[in-house]
Amino acid sequence: MNAMNSEGYTTADGRKIGGVMMEMKNITLRFGGVKAITDISFDIREGEIRAIIGPNGAGKSSMLNVISGFYVPQEGEVWFHGQRRAPMKPYEVAQQGIARTFQNIALFEGMSVLDNIMTGRLTLMKTGLFQQAMWWGRAQKEETAHREKVEKVIDFLEIQDIRKTPVGRLPYGLKKRVELARALAAEPKLLLLDEPMAGMNVEEKEDMCRFILDVNDEFGTTIALIEHDMGVVMDLSDRVVVMDYGKKIGDGTPDEVRNNQDVINAYLGVAHD
Amino acid sequence: MPEQLLYAMEVSLNGLMAGIMYALVALGFVLIFKASGIFNYAQGVLALFAALTLVGLQQGQVPFAHVINAIFGTDLHHFGWQLPGLVAIALTALVMVGLAILIERLILKHLVNQAPIILFMATIGLAYFLEGLGDVMWGADIKKLDVGLPQGISEMIDTFTFNLFGYGFFIDRLDIVAAVVATALVAALTAFSQYTKYGRALRAVADDHQAALSVGISLRFVWVLVWSIAGFVALVAGIMWGSKSGVQFSLSLIALKALPVLMLGGFTSIPGAIVGGLIIGMGEKLFEFFAGPMIGGATENWFAYVLALVFLVFRPQGLFGERIIERV
Ligand SMILES: Nc1ncnc2c1ncn2[C@@H]1O[C@H](COP(=O)(O)OP(=O)(O)O)[C@@H](O)[C@H]1O
Ligand SMILES: [Mg+2]
Repeated sequence: MNAMNSEGYTTADGRKIGGVMMEMKNITLRFGGVKAITDISFDIREGEIRAIIGPNGAGKSSMLNVISGFYVPQEGEVWFHGQRRAPMKPYEVAQQGIARTFQNIALFEGMSVLDNIMTGRLTLMKTGLFQQAMWWGRAQKEETAHREKVEKVIDFLEIQDIRKTPVGRLPYGLKKRVELARALAAEPKLLLLDEPMAGMNVEEKEDMCRFILDVNDEFGTTIALIEHDMGVVMDLSDRVVVMDYGKKIGDGTPDEVRNNQDVINAYLGVAHD
Repeated sequence: MPEQLLYAMEVSLNGLMAGIMYALVALGFVLIFKASGIFNYAQGVLALFAALTLVGLQQGQVPFAHVINAIFGTDLHHFGWQLPGLVAIALTALVMVGLAILIERLILKHLVNQAPIILFMATIGLAYFLEGLGDVMWGADIKKLDVGLPQGISEMIDTFTFNLFGYGFFIDRLDIVAAVVATALVAALTAFSQYTKYGRALRAVADDHQAALSVGISLRFVWVLVWSIAGFVALVAGIMWGSKSGVQFSLSLIALKALPVLMLGGFTSIPGAIVGGLIIGMGEKLFEFFAGPMIGGATENWFAYVLALVFLVFRPQGLFGERIIERV
């Protein structure tokens, strides 16, 4: 990796990483007496795959929830595209081009796979309520155009044969994939994935890894992901933030992080002092 | 055909027509319940309020005339215009949207994440408030509603059935219109919910709030939307009922019949609300016809509840409701 500067850097495999897209500054988040996040700062750059790792309960999901507006931190600032972001509702964050998946999968169980993925495009549909009622034809034309985009996502993630299936009937691994499809359908600038591979078998994990790399490569989507499995993280990510007990204990390339003594201690379960 | 059977057929038909009214009110309940988990006690009063507003606007009544006159010693009552039925209906629909926005701003917004019982209590409060507001705005007298819907017995059906069976069915033309309008309304709602982005947003919110937020849906917007639709459905119910029996307080009581309909059809099922409404409407008329004379009549007051209770024992989730199996 070349020296990092405000212009970005080039990865070992030759991908160009741009300037800072999102910057978290001194974030602190408390739930009553519990400090889920303590004074953490880090940034996410255009085009990069950024991982957040750490043991259970470290505050990784909480951090993702802060980025996506589900949690509001008591202290700290969130900067997006060089501007300080005012506190936002999750739906407003989504409208800014930030899509996400959840650790415990949040899909519309009663709707078909296709309908689920179509909801991902809601922020991109422009026809207003009144227009929709008055000009049914025009609204249907828009619907068709979006449907075509959704079919591309479906092909991309190889879920053609389940497109009409109600999501509630799908096995866990496929649900995870549909959730990714819904997020991708929004054509996000920033994609947040909370343990996209948790609970999957080896084959499913390999597929998911491939999809994540392809999304980043083909669409240039910036990705921040949480993952438990160190091996997977090392393969996927350009830079890694390591959290433990709500604090940041490491930040750098996979190699840097792997050789960081604090990180090794956290992962080996060395007693905290 | 035997006379008795023909009577029964006529009675069932009339019952079906009454059932449409129940179904319409139950439909309003289901829409709001699905989207927000709120059991909206005020749905019946919404229908009353819509009908009162419709009459008031159509007749050019001055709203709050009593209050204004009492304070300023004036003698206002009418503006002196008479609006065409369709114009008055469109204006009333706008008022219902305005009401939905107010309900969201003043009540729902402040009760996000509260327990369902609290929201339920809030709608009880809303019901009494709207009832009073309707009175103060438009006066408490019984009003005649005429938006130009056909009235009276359908001679065509009378003659047709007379030629066929030698016995003419008496079916109110208004009931036929109600059936057609209700069918069209349900078809339109279905198309809206299945094929438009707003419908999809609505279904998404009904399914999972968290997931809906993550795809950029504003819950507050959806609540306004769903209360507007419920208000519109209430308006349709108010028009049908009001044209038939006049606009008066008892209109809000059809909501009480919607409860057994919901037990039958399931609280979250739109087809359930329709089928449940028809079954109750037809069931109570038939029961009154066959069993009423034997047990002293007036069975229509309680039959729906007993039917619903019996039904609850055997199928607690309703006809179309999803069975909830507790995860252990
Ligand atoms: N909504 C919440 N309410 C209360 N405590 C929470 C909530 N979300 C997370 N926490 C707490 O914050 C800490 C970090 O949790 P989390 O962010 O889920 O960790 P991770 O994703 O790294 O496993 C835990 O102690 C957890 O109990
Ligand atoms: Mg987590």
